[in-house]
Amino acid sequence: MTVATDPALVMKAVRKVYGDGDDEVVALDHATLTVAGDEIVALVGPSGSGKTTLCSIAGGILSATEGTVVVGGQDISGMQAKQLTSFRASTVGFVFQSVNLVPFLTARENLLVVDEMGQRNRKVARARADQLLDELGLADRANNLPGQLSGGQRQRVAIGRSLMNDPKLVLFDEPTSALDTKLGEQVMELIRSEMASRGIAAIVVTHDERMTHYCDRTVHIVDGVLAA
Amino acid sequence: MRIALLELRRRPGRFVTATIILTLIALLLLFLGGLLDGLINTSTAALRAQRGDLIVYSSTSESSFVRSRIDPSLRQTVAAVPGVTEVGGIGVAQLGARVPGNGPRDLADVALFGYEIPPTAVDEPPADGEVIADEVLKSDGVEQGMVLELGPARTPVTVVGFTTDTSFNGQGSLWGSAATWRDVQNANRPDAAVADGVFQSLVVVADGSVAPGKLAADIDAATAGATDTLTITAAIDAIPGVTEQRGVFNQILGVTVLIAVVVVALFFALLTVERTGLYGVLKAIGGRSRTLFGGLVLQAVVVTLIAAAIGGGLALLLDVAIPPGALPFDLSVGRIVLSVLLLLFAAVIGCAFSLRRVLRVDPASAIGSAS
Repeated sequence: MTVATDPALVMKAVRKVYGDGDDEVVALDHATLTVAGDEIVALVGPSGSGKTTLCSIAGGILSATEGTVVVGGQDISGMQAKQLTSFRASTVGFVFQSVNLVPFLTARENLLVVDEMGQRNRKVARARADQLLDELGLADRANNLPGQLSGGQRQRVAIGRSLMNDPKLVLFDEPTSALDTKLGEQVMELIRSEMASRGIAAIVVTHDERMTHYCDRTVHIVDGVLAA
Repeated sequence: MRIALLELRRRPGRFVTATIILTLIALLLLFLGGLLDGLINTSTAALRAQRGDLIVYSSTSESSFVRSRIDPSLRQTVAAVPGVTEVGGIGVAQLGARVPGNGPRDLADVALFGYEIPPTAVDEPPADGEVIADEVLKSDGVEQGMVLELGPARTPVTVVGFTTDTSFNGQGSLWGSAATWRDVQNANRPDAAVADGVFQSLVVVADGSVAPGKLAADIDAATAGATDTLTITAAIDAIPGVTEQRGVFNQILGVTVLIAVVVVALFFALLTVERTGLYGVLKAIGGRSRTLFGGLVLQAVVVTLIAAAIGGGLALLLDVAIPPGALPFDLSVGRIVLSVLLLLFAAVIGCAFSLRRVLRVDPASAIGSAS
């Protein structure tokens, strides 16, 4: 178990504005948020509140219009698209709402996709993929295609994929939205245990208040404004 | 890249349609190319087989054997030009040949050459009255030892052997001594009779000290413009119809390649649209557009190579199945390589139409959406 001391994410007065002039839409308004190195934060808000925008900016998918974003000690505020691509490949992990595994790749190969898109050290990546699958209880499912896995197992594979690059921060986009309450709780329990055991910070985007007690802290967002 | 190859292996069904269409296009390219080469070969093989560097026609002949005449004094002038090693006379008579065993009106079209310098794959001139025949004439029933009767005068010549790849103007060739050719020419074309020592053209072997183009100009200058000297390549192109045939076929081949570009472009554009969500996810986890586009091109190249291999195999079967002389079809390694390269070029160009679409996939599309 690693103990992270530096904050995983520091956002200071971050604004994100789409369009200009009369068409200007403020998606994120002077958002300031710090996530500790091993903290799990629930980000809760209604549709269109800016959850996705915040998550995308923290993950280096979108650039902020104003403000500073530091992830794992790396200031990504002024990065160009290419630098952001490398940053995403090396520093953050994503678990998407609909899991989004590559359907024709086995569980192990889905984890190895991260290596193919980024570092390209196949031997090391393969060992890491096998280790992650083992830790996630999927060792005997490594050669199964996503279609041959249950919803929970697919979710585990997606979590494994997000951990492949040894990230400083993992972003979970509505991980329980497509699951029933029982399975949702199991997945949140899994997220909690996996992140905590590795000392990795996470932001879990959700609109389900029942899931927030698995997180260390809950942050609400309404109309692009954060409220702790 | 590995993902692209795995998709090809695990989901071959998705690529079957494109592979079938590209296979048919590859077969069409090879068939048309083989026909072009075959046609050009049957028109020009006799010239290509010449072991000289230049062909000398008389200046008024417009590079045609039939209209050209070179007398002994002109020949001496040409032989004396610095850079000329050897000069050999050549003449041709194009006639119908009566083949024993065939019907009285079932004539074989032949081009009887009288020569001094043996072309490639042809021996020294045989005895007078004897000829070496191109094996394409076997399809007309010509056999070794057979006596053919040439032209309206039915001048007899005996086939004493066979050679290959020496057709001229689409006709199977016969190769005999200068005297044999003169006898046949004078008996059957009294209006175009040739005297002893006179040939239609000269084949010039150069010593290499002077560039062929310069030597040709030197020869024409030495004869005071009485000759029109061409390199073998230029002489081939000067054969009536060759350039036109090549032009027409190349245009058809060009359109076929264009169709291949359209097929690849449409197919992979559809695949790209289908993969927009997947590309969004891959970009979000750090995939570069270059990597994703590289995978697309790799798939197109592999599909094209598979199609080319199947198409090439079918074309080779066709080549074996067509008896010599039945169809002017000649499939060479060069033609196969050129066709495969053209198809690969079409595949890459076709994929390029999807590049913009791949570049435009936004990694942000992966997040905040359930699809």
